[in-house]
Amino acid sequence: MAKLLSLIFVAVLWTVAATAAHSPMLPGPLAVADALLRETGSLALPFHLACTLLRVVAAFAIASSLGLVLGYAMGKSRLVDQIGDPWLVILLNLPALVTIILAYIWVGLNEYAAIAAVALNKLPNVVVVVREGTRALSSDLEDVAQVFRIPGPAKIRHVVLPQLAPYLAAAFRSGIAIIWKIVLVVELIGRPNGVGFVLGSAFSLFDMVTIFAYSIAFIAIMLVVENLLVQPVERNANRWRRKAA
Amino acid sequence: MQTAGAEKLLELKIDSKAYGTSPGASVEVLRDIALHLTVGSFVSLFGPSGCGKTSILRIAAGLDRDFRGERWIAPSARLGMVFQEPRLLAWRTVEDNIRIAMEAAAATGDIGEWLERFDLGPQRRQYAGELSLGQARRVALVRALSIAPNLLLLDEPLVSLDDSIAARLRGELRAVAESGKVGIVLVTHDLDEAVELSDRLLFLGERSARVILEREVSVPRSQRDRRTVSALAEELAALVSQSNWREAQCNSR
Repeated sequence: MAKLLSLIFVAVLWTVAATAAHSPMLPGPLAVADALLRETGSLALPFHLACTLLRVVAAFAIASSLGLVLGYAMGKSRLVDQIGDPWLVILLNLPALVTIILAYIWVGLNEYAAIAAVALNKLPNVVVVVREGTRALSSDLEDVAQVFRIPGPAKIRHVVLPQLAPYLAAAFRSGIAIIWKIVLVVELIGRPNGVGFVLGSAFSLFDMVTIFAYSIAFIAIMLVVENLLVQPVERNANRWRRKAA
Repeated sequence: MQTAGAEKLLELKIDSKAYGTSPGASVEVLRDIALHLTVGSFVSLFGPSGCGKTSILRIAAGLDRDFRGERWIAPSARLGMVFQEPRLLAWRTVEDNIRIAMEAAAATGDIGEWLERFDLGPQRRQYAGELSLGQARRVALVRALSIAPNLLLLDEPLVSLDDSIAARLRGELRAVAESGKVGIVLVTHDLDEAVELSDRLLFLGERSARVILEREVSVPRSQRDRRTVSALAEELAALVSQSNWREAQCNSR
């Protein structure tokens, strides 16, 4: 209830400010809604959103699976950890923009470069979190797996992954938030489609209505993904806990 | 009873086992321990807490290879183990906990039947993390037995269970022992329990534990009623205290 009131208050504030300013720099909610409908009707908005979403999914999948394997290896083996750590430090401290520019210059202005750049930005974060989770794995259960000779795949599925689940959930959550934002930058710099591209063009035309329309659509999609995808998956993974966290 | 020429399962000779404490320093917890186990024999390890009984089991199970000595285990050995804590997969159901072990061992058997036998029928689909400690201990015991082991290592499996359940599970262990197909090592605090179940008892001393007394129980298991057991246990306790064990125990307090 309080949330809803707060949201209504934002809308009212926006309307008042837009009316008072009476400037193309701050369009009111109605103008933005009109643009939203128009862009949806022409299928431009769904198309650009889909482009962005696909990039997010691809980058997320690559960063997560690679991060899981690398993080696990670094958590398990001291040697791998020592070899990987300097790389990790470099990647963690490399500004996203530098990665993006280097990827476009070395790989070319194409989809591979775009997705690789985003994945590479997210990767070190997943690695760090999974490494932490791997170090916290129970040696007691490791003993059980060894004594009962539980084969590798079954061990990973029943013993290791459930223990890593909370760490993975944290990595995925923060990961999605980061990836959404970086994908837009990648699109702005070197892609001919996607929300980032549209925002870039609108910026050069000072087209505030389009900027507002796409931003709001983008935020809405993020919320839908969060509520319909991320949260149910987390709830399912936590079913066994006596009181769901 | 051990029959001469019975199939050998486990030969353990621990000259010394030490744990590193601070850098450079280490504490010796075991010295000169020999353990031989054949199919059908039942050995109990008895001693004060912290004397290294669990370390012996870990070495026997192959979980700890950092010791001076030798370990030989029969290639045919199929190991079932009950740890001091239940060590179940909290995020899997009771049924799945047992199935995972059975599948790994390619064991056949009806999980439902096992659970009924140990009064766990209603818990079948519960997550292991939701069980009481007593229930979890029973699941751990079922997990070890359900894979049809011929070598069982039991680390105080019946501790903290209420008396009636403990008595029943002792009966189950006795049945396993009497089948003659399994070699068992039991770590216990309970001298009566050790006398009731085992063929051979090893008494361990305090820190840097050595075997201070080794005894065969010659009364056949079927004749070990409560009175015989407690009489024997008393006799052994007296022998042990002669071996200065009690003094050592007092020193440690």
